[in-house]
Amino acid sequence: MRRTMLQSVFLYSCVVALALFTIAPLLWLVTMSISAPTDLTEVPLRWIPSEFDFSRYGALLNIDGGSGERFLSALRNSILTAGGATVIALMLAIPAAYSFSRRGASMVLLFAFLATIMMPPITYILPLYSTFSAFGMLNKTTTLIIVYTAMLLPFATWLMKANIDVLPVEVEQAAFMEGASTSYTIRTVVLPLALPAIAATAMLSFLVAWDEFFYALIFTNDLSAKTLPVAIADFSAGRVTDYGVIASVGVMATLPPAILAICFQKFIVSGLVAGSVKG
Amino acid sequence: MFGRRRKQEKWILLAPAILVLALITLIPLANTFWLSFTDTRISAIPSPVRFIGLENYIYALTDPEFREALYRTLYFTIVSVGLEGILGVAVAVLLNQKFRGHLILRALIILPWAVPTIVNAVAWRLIYHPDYGALNSLLFQLGLISDYRSWIGDPATAMNMVILADVWKNFPLVAYVALAALQTVPADLNKAAAIEGAGPWKRFWSITLPWIMGPLMVVMVLRTIEAFRVFDIIYVMTGGGPADSTKTASFYVYQEYFNYLRSGSGASYAVLVAGISAVLILFYYSSAKRQATGATA
Repeated sequence: MRRTMLQSVFLYSCVVALALFTIAPLLWLVTMSISAPTDLTEVPLRWIPSEFDFSRYGALLNIDGGSGERFLSALRNSILTAGGATVIALMLAIPAAYSFSRRGASMVLLFAFLATIMMPPITYILPLYSTFSAFGMLNKTTTLIIVYTAMLLPFATWLMKANIDVLPVEVEQAAFMEGASTSYTIRTVVLPLALPAIAATAMLSFLVAWDEFFYALIFTNDLSAKTLPVAIADFSAGRVTDYGVIASVGVMATLPPAILAICFQKFIVSGLVAGSVKG
Repeated sequence: MFGRRRKQEKWILLAPAILVLALITLIPLANTFWLSFTDTRISAIPSPVRFIGLENYIYALTDPEFREALYRTLYFTIVSVGLEGILGVAVAVLLNQKFRGHLILRALIILPWAVPTIVNAVAWRLIYHPDYGALNSLLFQLGLISDYRSWIGDPATAMNMVILADVWKNFPLVAYVALAALQTVPADLNKAAAIEGAGPWKRFWSITLPWIMGPLMVVMVLRTIEAFRVFDIIYVMTGGGPADSTKTASFYVYQEYFNYLRSGSGASYAVLVAGISAVLILFYYSSAKRQATGATA
């Protein structure tokens, strides 16, 4: 069906409005991060910077500076925490998913797994805090990795289960006929076939852990374990007079997930859609 | 023999996952439940724990501030998720059209989703800044306001401003789910209705919307569960203020625990919040299950 002129105008107005709504806040964040400090306190604002000032990024990447040290240690902690939790969660989720998919473990149990992450974290926080405090485990990256593993595990198990379900079972049966053990079969038959699913699950898990704030806020208190979200909240709550610094930290923290999301869009979107719709 | 080995294996494969979840979620949940019947406080010197029965609950249920925090949470949840639903479907319908650049726009809207929650909160806080914020400047230059406003410093507007920031970040998820569902609407159905004289508006309400309702409901319930426990964005943008106007249930419990150090009383609030979440979670499963059986039928 061909559109009338009026319909086209309406359609493209909607397109432009949506594009602006989506991109403007981000564009402004980037602009703030490269504007001269005096530009950001003009009234009304100067939308296009008088000069491009990339010095804040230089300062953030310089370990010897104050903000650089805070940023880089938070970046390191975030990578270690999110990466560590993703790896461990997958190592636990794959056998569990195999059990749900091929060994007839009850779906009720899988729903119970998923229910644990749907509960508000305030339900778990205090006993966890007391326990970690009693064992001297507060303010440690390892502690966050353990908690994040539990947070990622249900969703990772669910996604892996859905993917193992659709793999052909014949190859596995052939391996069992040859006398292969289950763990050997999972490693040599299932894992290679499920590789794309594992990659997608790992990416989504990493992004969820990268985003987590509440547990990190409660369980960490200095540079040795604070993750990026906590560091950013600190930057924003502190007495920073240059708003561009806050903006530049925000841009840096957004880059890894944004790059992943753009490059692996199909993967991520299909994972998200499947993960939220199929119960 | 084979069967028994398989049965053992079922549990061996599950054991590590169950162990981690039990330690980090199940036991703490039981512990919180137990704490809620005591008058425990957080302190450096351990004091004897006293069992006080339902006292915390009686207090919690008659506490007007907690009830207001619950109403606020409900307001946040309903308005946020409602707007995300409307915007998400509208965006999905738009992205389902063929126009120049529709693939680029489809890729673009993943960006708000990719922005970390805390960065989103910080960015919008800067945008709402009373003196140097972009929103004030933009509206002023467009002539829509004559004076700068303190968007999140004013109890009348703070909550709605937080909601706007939340909607911006979360509408893409709903849009992607709705778009995936829209792509399964049979073109014949629409054509037949068009031949019988149904206009686009009528076709949307009587064909498209009912067709995508199942998946849409599921993702909206999921968003409801997430929105109901809102904490991060509140912590960064307003700290629960001004005048408690954005203090939600999670934030209320957080303060009871970590500012007032009343763990027994805080635990009773936490259990009540968890109870409401549990109802929502059951609702999610029933809608997801209906969706799953409906899809195979």
